[in-house]
Amino acid sequence: MPPRINPDKCNGCEGLAESKCEEACPGDLMAVDETVMKAYCRSTNDCWDCMSCTKACPRNAIEQRIPYQLGYHKATLKPFMSKNTITWKCKDIYGNEKVYKYRNRMDK
Amino acid sequence: MPNISAKRALQPEQLPKSMEEVQVVNIETDLLIIGGGNAGCFVAVEARKLNPEIRVAIMEKGEIMRSGACSAGMDAINTYIPEGKTPEDLVQWSRAQVGGGPLREDLALSNAEELNEAVDDLERWGLPVLKDENGKTKYRGKWDISIHGEQLKPIMAEKAIEAGADVYNRVAGTGLLMEGDRCVGAMGLGVRDGKLYVFSAKAVVNSTGGAGTLYKSYTADSTDCGAQIWMCPYCVGTGYAMGFRKGAELSSLEQRWVATRTKDFCGPVDTISVGYKAPIINCKGEKIMQQRYAHLGGDAAPRFIRANAPMNEWLEGRGPTYCDTRGLDDATNWQMMCDYLNERPTFVLFLAARGQDPVKEPIEIFGSDPYIMGGHTMGGFWVDIDRMTTIPGLFAAGETAGGNPNKFVGGCAAEGKIAARGAWKYMQGMAQPALDEQQVAAEKERIYAPLMRGGDFDGVSPREMKERLQRLMDEYAGGYSQFYRTNEERLDYALKHIKMLQDQFRFLKAADLHELMQANETMDRVDVAEAVVHHLKARKETRWAGWQTRADYPERDDVNFDCFVETVRDPKTGEVRAFTRPYEQIVPGDRYNYPG
Ligand SMILES: Cc1cc2nc3c(=O)[nH]c(=O)nc-3n(C[C@H](O)[C@H](O)[C@H](O)COP(=O)(O)OP(=O)(O)OC[C@H]3O[C@@H](n4cnc5c(N)ncnc54)[C@H](O)[C@@H]3O)c2cc1C
Ligand code: SF4
Ligand code: SF4
Repeated sequence: MPPRINPDKCNGCEGLAESKCEEACPGDLMAVDETVMKAYCRSTNDCWDCMSCTKACPRNAIEQRIPYQLGYHKATLKPFMSKNTITWKCKDIYGNEKVYKYRNRMDK
Repeated sequence: MPNISAKRALQPEQLPKSMEEVQVVNIETDLLIIGGGNAGCFVAVEARKLNPEIRVAIMEKGEIMRSGACSAGMDAINTYIPEGKTPEDLVQWSRAQVGGGPLREDLALSNAEELNEAVDDLERWGLPVLKDENGKTKYRGKWDISIHGEQLKPIMAEKAIEAGADVYNRVAGTGLLMEGDRCVGAMGLGVRDGKLYVFSAKAVVNSTGGAGTLYKSYTADSTDCGAQIWMCPYCVGTGYAMGFRKGAELSSLEQRWVATRTKDFCGPVDTISVGYKAPIINCKGEKIMQQRYAHLGGDAAPRFIRANAPMNEWLEGRGPTYCDTRGLDDATNWQMMCDYLNERPTFVLFLAARGQDPVKEPIEIFGSDPYIMGGHTMGGFWVDIDRMTTIPGLFAAGETAGGNPNKFVGGCAAEGKIAARGAWKYMQGMAQPALDEQQVAAEKERIYAPLMRGGDFDGVSPREMKERLQRLMDEYAGGYSQFYRTNEERLDYALKHIKMLQDQFRFLKAADLHELMQANETMDRVDVAEAVVHHLKARKETRWAGWQTRADYPERDDVNFDCFVETVRDPKTGEVRAFTRPYEQIVPGDRYNYPG
């Protein structure tokens, strides 16, 4: 299921031999089109929705979407990573937003 | 150079055009770990603790920081023995959960003895384990504790790397290297650089996780989400396939893992039903477990009964089924959403996409597609107490090792340590094996063939073949659409078509390296599916309805089947043979009920 890449934010992780989302995906699904230096998902049908790519993107350029066949337009869930906490912002189809923030590591 | 990152995949013009152009990378090591997941990371740490000089290589299909079952994180450690309880207690509970067994109590006990220390390792390494008001570890059920495990996988991976393992990322294992009947390494496809990686080792631990994606999932129909399943869809059973093809014995694959999951988006249900005591209800609002399954233990009924209960309601016309979360207070609801974010974050997105507030509307639940997972149920390699398979030199840990259910995160970690010790003991005095070029050449031919058939070749895509298999397994070998039921005739039908698929491997084609990996995965799925069908055929009774339901033998038959069903495949002829092994009760007491 599809991660969507915002082309205005993605720079293909310029300068890296492997972009952060390419590196993160457990299913080898993320790739970068070097002609335009933008990321894409090579097979949305194979995506597990683990959000590893979304969490790894340094430019918050990736958004996860539920396919319309299963969920309605348009809800969003965005993770923001910092040293030892994660913050999630979730907006439902009616525009209600909830924020969840908590510690995800004790050693940092 | 311990964590060796992969680069961008080769462009079409850079792909090898012939077998001769395929580059081979030879790596010599002492211990090879196939699959750097939950168990694999613990194998690496333990091996280097036993001897800091030992060379450890991990062949990992993904990237070790986010790979396998724990990629998205976890919200609980499902087993951690509380104060006042013993490893024997855990085994008794585990036994009752699988309907009294049979199970390998020798393995279960040794795992239970190791369990808490492995979980404590995780906490020492930085995993947030939630505490109660008194600073004690917070239990959410009898044995499971709550964590904020979003970082669980990176935490384990970092320790494996710190311990000094060399991690070869994006190398997908395809086959074992043998010396006579002994395993002396493995080979894999570099899915980014297109090279063939050949690892020669004194001992090998196979920890590639379980097998998802053998069966069709209902969310795959008319959607763009063929991988929307519970289990990690990139663990496709390659570990089982590799060993099986070389003659290693598989155990108990008929005890498939089928779980109750949130409907239309496969998220956990234990989180709500166990963690928040939300009852399971049917369309009439009846509490199913209390009203219909009281005689089997109600909420404490064996796991397969709980897993099958909602699907039975659907079958009998009383669906939809729900986990009744209505009326949760805000703080509890917040906590529950955090749990989901830690383990299956997109389920929170799914609820938002349905405009659903679980405090006002109950969460709908349904049965999953079946998986083979030796860390949940029992399907996997037959192993001895050191976790060595029936192939000398080949060990198994975690979901890949069979016989011992209810391992989950803690148990897979514990078993990684046990397997590392077994492998360490085995390799003492062992010389570095010589490389057999012929085997390497044969494996190269086998795995690269789909790439070499050329763009104009009129063949079959890996996805087409995968989906053909998934339909077949779903409809004939007891998938969700059949409410998990099958019979002798359907299984024979499945076997006939599996043979046809095996014959059609020669039509598989791949346009790039990712597809080449998928072509190999699909061949592995077919080979594992063949074993699964033989297991289902051999158990002519119904012991674990839902996990294993024979419509033609609906009763449990203790006279003939209170034992393990096993299979081996003849490496030369490919013929599969099923047989049984006896069950041995080691922990005394009532097999069917957990007294605690
Ligand atoms: C969504 C989900 C939620 C869960 N929630 C919980 C929970 O809350 N609490 C709990 O205790 N347990 C939970 N479990 C169970 C637990 O996560 C697993 O039992 C355990 O992590 C499995 O460990 P493993 O090492 O056997 O497999 P994995 O961790 O999956 O490791 C397998 C590794 O092998 C790699 N691999 C696969 N094929 C190949 C190949 N051909 N070559 C090389 N590498 C390969 C994979 O990329 C992966 O890194 C959950 C499982 C899932 C799927
Ligand atoms: S990680 Fe983000 S910025 Fe980098 S390539 Fe991927 S989407 Fe683009
Ligand atoms: S959500 Fe997970 S599986 Fe899907 S593309 Fe991103 S990293 Fe890969």
